[in-house]
Amino acid sequence: MNLRTPRSPELEEALGPGAPIVVFDRVSLAFDDQVVLDQVSFTVIVGHTKIILGASGAGKSTILKLVLGLICPDSGVVWVNGERVDQLSEAQLMAVRTDLGMVFQEGALFDSLTVRENVGYKLYEETDLPLDDVNRRVEEVLGFVGLAEYIDRMPSELSGGQRRRVAIARAMAIKPRILLYDEPTTGLDPITGLSIDNEIIKLRDLEDVSSILVTHQLRDAFYIATHAAVRQDGQVTIVPAPPEKADQAEFIMLRDGRIVFEGSASELRRSGDEYLRTFLS
Amino acid sequence: MEGWLTAWTKRALLEVQTYVRLLGAVGRALVTPPFYVHDVVEQFDAIGVGSLTVVVLTGGFTGAVLALQSGFTLDQFGARAVVGRLVSASMVKELGPVLTALMVSGRVGSGIAAELGSMAVTDQIDALRAFGTDPVRKLAVPRILAGVGMVPVLTVIADAVGIAGGWAVATSQLHVASSVYWNSVVEGLVIQDVWMGLIKPFVLGFVIVSVGCHVGLRTTGGTQGVGRATTHAVVAASVAVLAVDFFLTKLIISLLY
Ligand SMILES: Nc1ncnc2c1ncn2[C@@H]1O[C@H](COP(=O)(O)OP(=O)(O)O)[C@@H](O)[C@H]1O
Ligand SMILES: [Mg+2]
Repeated sequence: MNLRTPRSPELEEALGPGAPIVVFDRVSLAFDDQVVLDQVSFTVIVGHTKIILGASGAGKSTILKLVLGLICPDSGVVWVNGERVDQLSEAQLMAVRTDLGMVFQEGALFDSLTVRENVGYKLYEETDLPLDDVNRRVEEVLGFVGLAEYIDRMPSELSGGQRRRVAIARAMAIKPRILLYDEPTTGLDPITGLSIDNEIIKLRDLEDVSSILVTHQLRDAFYIATHAAVRQDGQVTIVPAPPEKADQAEFIMLRDGRIVFEGSASELRRSGDEYLRTFLS
Repeated sequence: MEGWLTAWTKRALLEVQTYVRLLGAVGRALVTPPFYVHDVVEQFDAIGVGSLTVVVLTGGFTGAVLALQSGFTLDQFGARAVVGRLVSASMVKELGPVLTALMVSGRVGSGIAAELGSMAVTDQIDALRAFGTDPVRKLAVPRILAGVGMVPVLTVIADAVGIAGGWAVATSQLHVASSVYWNSVVEGLVIQDVWMGLIKPFVLGFVIVSVGCHVGLRTTGGTQGVGRATTHAVVAASVAVLAVDFFLTKLIISLLY
């Protein structure tokens, strides 16, 4: 089942290994008088992870909503998957969003639908795939996140961690090229958090998904940056990543609408900046 | 004072602008695919069948009290026999449509605002858009269709139950003969009255549900915001029902009578 939108050969080549799949170029945004983003620029490379850190209210969720085209910047350019999402109409954006999976803060599961209908929402409602295929895919992704037996529950009957995992299953069900995670582990116990971190690593390394991860849990951010998923004899295991692989995860620190740090996990650890140090401790 | 007035005017204009934009989006969604047929069916059930009890009770008691009040007034002119005429004319032209609309505002308008509002504050509306679903098509259009389709049906039911309630009072309390009452009911209605009674609820149903959707989709500010939106939707829809009813009555009188 190929769910990815077809690309022209030119675009396929342009967005090959090493190419930027998400680009922010001097993006600014204010709500009324409050400046949320001020000339923010960064790129996400195909298959890499961008980790966005920052205190709450720093504008992290806003960045993800800009990637999805849910809100429009006041100025600047946002490229996603070869399209300028800041210029597209809502109807054109629907095509771009086909390649994007989003795990919202708090999950944002549809509370009038069952877990099955939530996870398969896009496939049931917005595609004409055969019902059997959709059901199989839904069961498969729920298996990945270890919630197969909860398929007929309502979201209100799940714990916070289970809801978050359903949200991840829902985002990955459509096999997106880009996954956006908004604080996927915030408020969860360390063990559940770790299982979610492992899902994120597996999607990145085995499904070749580019991702943007918003968090203020440094422990999870460092873990995701420094581990890799490998498949050995049909078994998937999480192992410490070699240094060059760990450097592929780039950190961004947002403060007062600006990027105050950009670099790898090791550079972040070595940084002497005072604000960073207070954030890290 | 002046600053407050400008701020208020600005807010009101912005509100009207987004409402009109919603209506435009609904118009487009009605004539272009995709359509969410399943949701339409669901909303007809939720809005129509769900409101039946309250509308029957309202209609019944209104018709009964109408007969009771007018019965004693009519006695002063020795005209007790025409009580049916009074009940049917008031129910069909005015009280049936307006009271049904007000009850539906309370029950359905608030429900829509609360449901869509809580979807908005928990990012479910954004999640719909992220999945390529237009919230206007998926949420607003089915509710508006159900409102426009079901409020007239509910109004006709309220009218019928109201006239029956009037009959119960007229025969048991006022000692008016059944046949006299029913003759009077029919005499009281001219065809224009029936038209008026049927046109009104289409418009009022549209007003109630579109206001509920507008308020719900714009909700911000967490659970508190949902509470505010709910109250706001009921108040706005009820006032709009009464205002629209007045202008509609004027329009229909000038066009039909
Ligand atoms: N729709 C909105 N209207 C007005 N202000 C908003 C809106 N969305 C976010 N904000 C404001 O923008 C700032 C950044 O929000 P957000 O991106 O959600 O922060 P976070 O980094 O915690 O995810 C906050 O101060 C918030 O109050
Ligand atoms: Mg946030």
